[in-house]
Amino acid sequence: MDDPYKTLGVAKDASQADIRRAYRKLAKKHHPDLNPGNAKAEDIFKRVSAANELLSDAKTRGQFDRGEIDAAGHERAPEPDYRNHAEGDAGRRYSRAGAGGWSDEEFGDLFSSMFNGAGRAGPPRPTRGQDEHYALQTSFLDAVNGTTSRLTLPDGRTLDVKIPPGSADGQTLRLHDQGEPGQNGGPRGDALIEIHVAPHPFFTREGQDIRLELPVTLAEAVLGGPVEVPTPAGPVRMTIAPGSDSGTQFRLRGRGVPAHGGLTAGQLYAKLRVVIGPPDAALTDFLRAWKPEHPVSPRQAPSK
Amino acid sequence: MNIEIVVAQVPGLQRPDLERWVANEWVKPDQHDGEYEFYDIDVARARLIRDLRDEMEVNEAALPVVLSLLDQLYDLRRRMHEISDAIDHTVPEEVRQKLAAHLAKRGG
Repeated sequence: MDDPYKTLGVAKDASQADIRRAYRKLAKKHHPDLNPGNAKAEDIFKRVSAANELLSDAKTRGQFDRGEIDAAGHERAPEPDYRNHAEGDAGRRYSRAGAGGWSDEEFGDLFSSMFNGAGRAGPPRPTRGQDEHYALQTSFLDAVNGTTSRLTLPDGRTLDVKIPPGSADGQTLRLHDQGEPGQNGGPRGDALIEIHVAPHPFFTREGQDIRLELPVTLAEAVLGGPVEVPTPAGPVRMTIAPGSDSGTQFRLRGRGVPAHGGLTAGQLYAKLRVVIGPPDAALTDFLRAWKPEHPVSPRQAPSK
Repeated sequence: MNIEIVVAQVPGLQRPDLERWVANEWVKPDQHDGEYEFYDIDVARARLIRDLRDEMEVNEAALPVVLSLLDQLYDLRRRMHEISDAIDHTVPEEVRQKLAAHLAKRGG
């Protein structure tokens, strides 16, 4: 048995009033009926009330101080046990929640808080359907110019998807109310369609601009003149300056990706690539006899 | 048991105190032919009210507040035991273990 003075946290010469004050303070904190389910509080309270019983009576305190009795073995008042009754069926007598049992409402409230709203009793609430995700493959030119493409959904429905001009690879289109049906009268979800743009044989896209390698004949490069240039919106004629070398780049203003969504139309950059074509006897003969006016070695660093 | 026996069993409890507590519905014995019939829970509750008043300095003006909170606490604990009992009787072992592991993880 512990030293009862230590248990109450008082000095050996504490007054009866000090002992009473110390006991009350501890009882308020550890009374087991106020701490149901807390075995530690119960144990502390047991020791505190035993110490109090010994020391609160001047007679037994004197006997203990003189060593005539030890801390254990004196008569004990019955321990408080309201908690044991209150938690069982008998406790319904003092229930604030009404006579007994689980009402539907209480049950629903409890489980709605337990499961975060799911399974709540009461009228079913309208819920919006889920969004559905689809992918749509489109050609380079359809993405640049815009088109309408028909998508067949797994449930057999078909959607006419309007791909706006200037659509880029990976861009997602949202079709309102084309997703899963809602429940209990809720609206449908949306269909989210991710655009996949197939590469083009000779166009490449850089934002609003389009690049193109334009094959030209030797004659066109040397003599210059009009050539036809493919653009996303259809072929246009462009005049090549005489003596344009392979790699020379021409800019066709406004012939890139058309204006869309606040962006102005981009440029088309056409880079010449001289193609000499199949063997030609006349050209071969000419070059054998040809003495350049200003001989150059193209593999030297430019002398500029 | 009748009111005399209760008063005799609870030191520091006077009969007029207990009669007032019954009138206030802090203690609710059964009544048969104008005679009170106290059960163990009523005696334990009378002892608790005495402790609150005499040892914990909760005066009778503040007692209804304390009792109301205590009654709600015990309602909740009783419900908790009922749920726990329902889980024991209806939920498969595997799910119970999952529940226990989840609760342990939350450090409850």
